[in-house]
Amino acid sequence: MSMTHVSNPLRDPRDRRLTRVAGPSSLVFFGVTGDLARKKLLPAVYDMVNRGLLPPSFGLVGFGRREWSHDQFKDFVRESVEAHSRTTFREDVWNQFATGIRFVQGAFDDDDSFIRLNETLEELKESRGTQGNHAFYLSIPPKDFESVLQMLAKHELAQQKDGKGWRRVIIEKPFGHDLESARDLNKIVEDVFPSDAIFRIDHYLGKETVQNILAMRFANQIFEPLWNSNHIDHVQITMAEPFGIGSRAGYYDGVGAARDVIQNHLLQLLALTAMEEPISFKAHHLRTEKEKVLEAVTLPENLSNSFAIGQYTSGYQGGEVVNGFFDEKDIPSTSRTETFAAIKVNINTRRWNGVPFYLRTGKRLGRRVTEIALVLKKSPNLLFNNSNDAGQNAIVIRVQPDEGLNIRFSSKVPGTQMAIRDVNMDFVYGHSFTEELPEAYERLILDVLLGEPPLFPRQEEVELSWKILDPFEKYWAQHNIKPDEYAPGSWGPESANTLLARDNRVWRRP
Amino acid sequence: MISILENTDTIKIEKEISRLRDETGNTISGRVLTLVMLAESGHSRLAMEAAQAASHEHPCRIIIHIAKDRDAENRLDAQIEVGGEAGASELIVLRGWGRAAEPTESLISGLLLPDSPIVAWWPHSVPEAPAETSIGRIAQRRITDSARAYDPMTVLSQLSKTYQDGDTDLAWIRLTLWRIQLAAILDQIPYSPTQKVTVSGSSKSPSVVLLGAWLGYKLEAEVHLSTTNLERGLYRVELEREDGKIVIDRPDWNIAKLSYPGAPDQQIALPVRTLAECLAEELRRLDPDEVYGEVLTKALHSGNIVVDLNNNEDVTEGVNCTEVFDA
Repeated sequence: MSMTHVSNPLRDPRDRRLTRVAGPSSLVFFGVTGDLARKKLLPAVYDMVNRGLLPPSFGLVGFGRREWSHDQFKDFVRESVEAHSRTTFREDVWNQFATGIRFVQGAFDDDDSFIRLNETLEELKESRGTQGNHAFYLSIPPKDFESVLQMLAKHELAQQKDGKGWRRVIIEKPFGHDLESARDLNKIVEDVFPSDAIFRIDHYLGKETVQNILAMRFANQIFEPLWNSNHIDHVQITMAEPFGIGSRAGYYDGVGAARDVIQNHLLQLLALTAMEEPISFKAHHLRTEKEKVLEAVTLPENLSNSFAIGQYTSGYQGGEVVNGFFDEKDIPSTSRTETFAAIKVNINTRRWNGVPFYLRTGKRLGRRVTEIALVLKKSPNLLFNNSNDAGQNAIVIRVQPDEGLNIRFSSKVPGTQMAIRDVNMDFVYGHSFTEELPEAYERLILDVLLGEPPLFPRQEEVELSWKILDPFEKYWAQHNIKPDEYAPGSWGPESANTLLARDNRVWRRP
Repeated sequence: MISILENTDTIKIEKEISRLRDETGNTISGRVLTLVMLAESGHSRLAMEAAQAASHEHPCRIIIHIAKDRDAENRLDAQIEVGGEAGASELIVLRGWGRAAEPTESLISGLLLPDSPIVAWWPHSVPEAPAETSIGRIAQRRITDSARAYDPMTVLSQLSKTYQDGDTDLAWIRLTLWRIQLAAILDQIPYSPTQKVTVSGSSKSPSVVLLGAWLGYKLEAEVHLSTTNLERGLYRVELEREDGKIVIDRPDWNIAKLSYPGAPDQQIALPVRTLAECLAEELRRLDPDEVYGEVLTKALHSGNIVVDLNNNEDVTEGVNCTEVFDA
């Protein structure tokens, strides 16, 4: 569904400065008063307008329960833009943008609301020239998906009219809470939208990160020879947050760290780290490789030995008295929801035979960090038998913060003795905070409006990921596993250390 | 941290950089290129600030050579800045008198980052043959700014004669947003041949010439450069086609009016870009800009460019015009 007219003489594949801007369209936000919309999505849309990445005919529609007029909604958007946009606020740009902003007051299950939405989109088509192209951004809890999607279908908002105009839908993780519910959810979405019009967004995983990992792995000769079980001992993938669940008990309780982060984010990182080289960066080639490696993931035979889960206690973390999980608002004292989860998986391919992948994530851990560490086999150190600590090299892909690459190797300690110790060599990617480059959400929205799907996971990947996680979740439920306690600001419960100690390994301190 | 060395040489300068790095804990492992700025005395501040801003996206070592009196006794002064104000770069300002006033490979090679690309930038003059200069020969990228010359046509035809892969010009880079919007409009509407292209702006603006040349060449149309004696940069482009006119008109700095057949007039953000933004774009890719090369060496000489000199025009009262070199 390309928007480019076949014969545009100004387009030239060699002309790399000519980036694309989105064609005429409107973007409808469901759940527009949420934190994400206010802090990220709306400012990103304004930044795109400011950079000239959106067409003048662009329309922005908010759909929500509040009794707002168009103008009240404009004020809300303006407030969020002024507080959070990355580019300078320009009055004249804002005025131009604001003429395309509309608000539709309504409920997710109310016919009249969707009739009004339809009228609003028609009005925008006439007054702004959006050519009837719409994208729907569902920034709402999954339980509301069904009614919204069915309403969109019922009011013919999801289908093209007279074969004209595209329709796309953006949904955010979580994509279900297990394989079955993911399939149900997908059925609901695919009943209404064709699969190539569905964009699943994992907002932790920006396009830049994915591309950085692909470039590092496949644009270099130096890493590939090491990237297998001959040299790699094991892989640790970590995503840690120093925060607790805050006021998100309603969402978090019953979901937990594994479903919230491992199923999507960490398994995507695993796939990018472990997959074979795709034959091109085209969407389907990349997907093929990711799906292949996810399908090759196997679980240890003895599941009871292959995980650790925990809940943070109250304590004094980094200069602040913090709540324990059970002190958080609306968490029942019987909750078995884990705020820390670590699991061990294997990958049944020649490349990764015998190389375990340890995935861990948690709230209230030592610091905010996401990284992939490939720990190499111990060097024999025959010459340096006095240096037990040194010798295990590592290649660490740091996803955030300070996206970059770190290589750990041994070096001589200065002085007369022949002693060695581990040192780090560090590379940090250039920053795009010059405001000149679009940030993650801008690129994401632009890709949707341009109809470029490459980095969005498809349903197959979502299902494969649930197949990996579901056995753990089932085990925890069937055996009533109670998460272990861990202190805030630590790196998880003692059982997490035991998990690696069984294999004679230790976690890195990220 | 700033350090000043007077009457020095590059061996001492390198030692001093090393010492400053040790002291401040800075490393060079993330530096991706060396930017060599060939400046004139008294004009380097804006260019230096732009380079430092661009270094946030492209961490680099910036060497600024400022030519002082050539007839004076040989002397080289240096000012070194690491961390702090220098941003994500390290900054070495060289002031040279006598033989040191001539920027050559021999003079600065001890300060170049090992095995990293070199970008040469003449912020306010255009050398006769950029690729033939001593620094130009070892640089992967040579950035000139024809907008700083007095007669854009003369300087562009000179650049065209000496063009080599790796040459680019800021007057071309300033056009990117205009070109993106023009291409986006043609994406939207069905193809129809263009008969005439009109680009309006200052007679001193090489951007006006380059945009006209590019459009005329790609659309195979006659080009009119409607120049004005008013001191304002590129502000309007018009494509005359069988199905009507496509016009982008930006009277001041940010907002342009867009008209094309089959759609109501529209407004869009088309901001004048800062030098830092242009430089950051330029440093993103260091392979030859073949389209620029073609515009310079072929399109400019295609013979279908007509200059309509000093068109009288009404500028609405209160409009805040751009600078001559802006696009």
